[in-house]
Amino acid sequence: MNQAAEIHEPHPVGLTIRGATKVYPGTVALKGVDFDIRMGAVNVLVGENGAGKSTLMKVIAGVETLTNGEITVDGRPVVFRTKDDAVASGIGIVFQELNLFPDMSVCDNVFMAREPVRFGFDIDHDSVEERTRVLLQRLEQDIDPNTTLGHLRIGQQQIVEIAKALAQDARILILDEPTSALSAAEVEVLFRIISELKAQGVGIVYISHRLEELIRVGDYITVLRDGEITGSRPMQGVDIPWIVQAMIGEKSKDFSQSLGHEFGHEVFRAENIALPKMGGGYMVDHVSLTVRAGEILGLYGLMGAGRSEFLECIMAQHPEARGHFFVDGEEMREPHVAGRIARGIALVPEDRKRDGLIQIMSVRENMTLSSLAQFTAGFHLNLRKEAERAAEFIKRMTVKVASQENPVSSLSGGNQQKVVIGKALMTGPKVLLMDEPSRGIDIGAKAEIYHKMRNLAAEGIGIIFVTSDLEEVLALSDRIIVLADGRISGEFGRGADAADVIAAATPASARSRNKDLVS
Amino acid sequence: MTVMSNGAAANSGSGHNWLLLLLKARTLVALLLVFAFFSVMAPNFLSAANAILISKHVAINAFLAIGMTFVIITGGIDLSVGSVVGLTSMIAGYLVLNGIDLGVGYSLQFNTLEIVAIVCLAGALVGCINGILITRLNVAPFIATLGMLYVARGAALLFSDGQTFPNLNGNPEYGSDSFYLIGTGSFLGLPVMVWMLVAVSLAAGYIASRTPLGRQIYATGGNERGAALSGVRVNRVKMFVYMFSGLMAALVGLIIASQLKAAHPATGEFFELNAIAAAVLGGTSMSGGRGRIAGTIVGAFVIGILSDGLVMMGVSSFWQMVIKGLVIIAAVVIDQAQSRLQARVALAQEVALNR
Repeated sequence: MNQAAEIHEPHPVGLTIRGATKVYPGTVALKGVDFDIRMGAVNVLVGENGAGKSTLMKVIAGVETLTNGEITVDGRPVVFRTKDDAVASGIGIVFQELNLFPDMSVCDNVFMAREPVRFGFDIDHDSVEERTRVLLQRLEQDIDPNTTLGHLRIGQQQIVEIAKALAQDARILILDEPTSALSAAEVEVLFRIISELKAQGVGIVYISHRLEELIRVGDYITVLRDGEITGSRPMQGVDIPWIVQAMIGEKSKDFSQSLGHEFGHEVFRAENIALPKMGGGYMVDHVSLTVRAGEILGLYGLMGAGRSEFLECIMAQHPEARGHFFVDGEEMREPHVAGRIARGIALVPEDRKRDGLIQIMSVRENMTLSSLAQFTAGFHLNLRKEAERAAEFIKRMTVKVASQENPVSSLSGGNQQKVVIGKALMTGPKVLLMDEPSRGIDIGAKAEIYHKMRNLAAEGIGIIFVTSDLEEVLALSDRIIVLADGRISGEFGRGADAADVIAAATPASARSRNKDLVS
Repeated sequence: MTVMSNGAAANSGSGHNWLLLLLKARTLVALLLVFAFFSVMAPNFLSAANAILISKHVAINAFLAIGMTFVIITGGIDLSVGSVVGLTSMIAGYLVLNGIDLGVGYSLQFNTLEIVAIVCLAGALVGCINGILITRLNVAPFIATLGMLYVARGAALLFSDGQTFPNLNGNPEYGSDSFYLIGTGSFLGLPVMVWMLVAVSLAAGYIASRTPLGRQIYATGGNERGAALSGVRVNRVKMFVYMFSGLMAALVGLIIASQLKAAHPATGEFFELNAIAAAVLGGTSMSGGRGRIAGTIVGAFVIGILSDGLVMMGVSSFWQMVIKGLVIIAAVVIDQAQSRLQARVALAQEVALNR
């Protein structure tokens, strides 16, 4: 695996990880990973969501500690207990979610918690400002250090985050999906900065889902799948099919087979759904689609493609959205979630903790929250009937729980997800919307949930599910719709080619950019 | 080996359960402790007359605390209740004394029931304004009700230019001469206001545990976004709790005006703090989602018995404040310990299940 790398010597290895294993309760995120970061080069890291990229980066940045394995920097072994240890070894990380203070000035942000002081307490503002100015010049940015950060564009904020990492003398810079929020022009600026940093000898780790971008910017590529390295080599000769092959590999997960039932009538239709984006453009750009009873429709796309927002529009979360929805041929105009649930729509949200569950309530109370009317006569809630129904769904969803009165927060991720799905099903939906239904749960629970989805479809429920997992969307969907930049950019039947689906998911702006480069 | 470890787990589990039970019933334990303490230490504490006196004092605070409990469970706070008590007692006094002057030589006069209805409506209306500020205009509950604290107090003072409405004896001709009975009448040996408290507590307890509305109040406080996505009409739930809190304040305003046969615009100053204290003492979590009506009432009794008992023992009022404050802080510290222990017990159960 490393032979190719050893032949290619101009870039010295700055940091190595050997046999990295990270165990979380219930799941193994990294299984004996070997990874090298080469200085003065862009080390690309790619893999599907949940493949372990973020965990690996968190380990390098000192946010998480390894269960097993060792890290060496410049040949000497190190242990990063906290983020500060990693910073001291010259490692800087720019997370996908920016960790900045929008109401403070640029220079305050750059030197946050590391302000140079006089007499131990007085912040030396002139020095802060001057050093920030020098850093921004190094990054070729014409930003006044005293500007309030929140007034900058997202792309500029990202550059401030890079400046912050460089201010700590970072020799290794980790960029986690740096381009997902950037415009085409801002991406160009970022790439220029990356090549300058490379020339200055900085080792860069670059994580992205945009494969063309990786091939363009990368010098070395490492592919992760389910916590293991499945490919690692210099970038020469790498093409998209090779990456896709390494990312997906042979069929590994247990997707239960389609039950081969006939689809029924059209149960749901969306016409011209448009959700304006702040600052112009659309998050969801005039999307129209239909689902038939018993059909599983997969919505695939990259982060920010507008998939979750589309589901939220269906669930009345964006009053400013335009367009029409039809359930069983009748238009759905209800302005509230409760009304839409009554019409037969149910949502399994992406973020269980934030949107799906009331953590401090019991399993029973969570399960019945959307269906309280079923146990209510007048205003009296029949607790016995409620408990019976909750028990029935706990059994149906095979939730492992000691008592339905236990708080839902005490359950494992997979069981929590089953509670969320149980809650949705208790409302008796005709259309089930599932946003990343298998995120953050272990393989066994995943297989159960796939199986459940098949069964529900066979019972005649129309399912729309959103996923970033290519393997999942290919194996589970009866039909795939790909979104990019809020627009439908491709539609595929069963047995679609993985490379085609990925190509369709790449935003048009990025595609034209790469074409320009080739020509 | 397996058997042994299971046995050990069960043992430590039951040990936890005992402690958990004790912690859960801590407000009741505190009530028994203060009761026992003053029974021994304070002369005449155990007389029937004193019991009725204390329960009257407690009732005033308990009404407000019940309303406050619902508000806090949704994750909000209502600082305006004390001022609303003052405002509604002034409205009651004005109606008993003057009726409504139509400005054409006639005035509208009301009987006691009508006055009660109008005053309750006024209290709910103030709550409604709070609710609109919070749900429609997105003002933080703390700020919205802090503003209302000043507005309502100012309005109460404006009613009479800061004067007291004296001699609220009512007029038999208008049927308002029974007004004094709200605060001073008794029925089957217990004051009317204590009966009112019993009725209101039962109703509130029922709402909290046996109606969809109650469940939705808890859900809103537990996770507002999650509740909204599950079909809970979060704004309606919030409107209800603030209006209910306003209604409770109106009841207290009526009772105090009737008890004193006078309405003073400064009535109810700092009542909101006592109400919050009772709710918190009763196990209501300030971060929302947790709390019980029964707990709040016990909490109100702890505070009431504590302050009356200390008065009877002749403890200086300065020390009374210090002691009250310490009791509240201790309650919250124990509350934190309980939730940690409870989470551990539940987690241990799940682990045992998955073994």
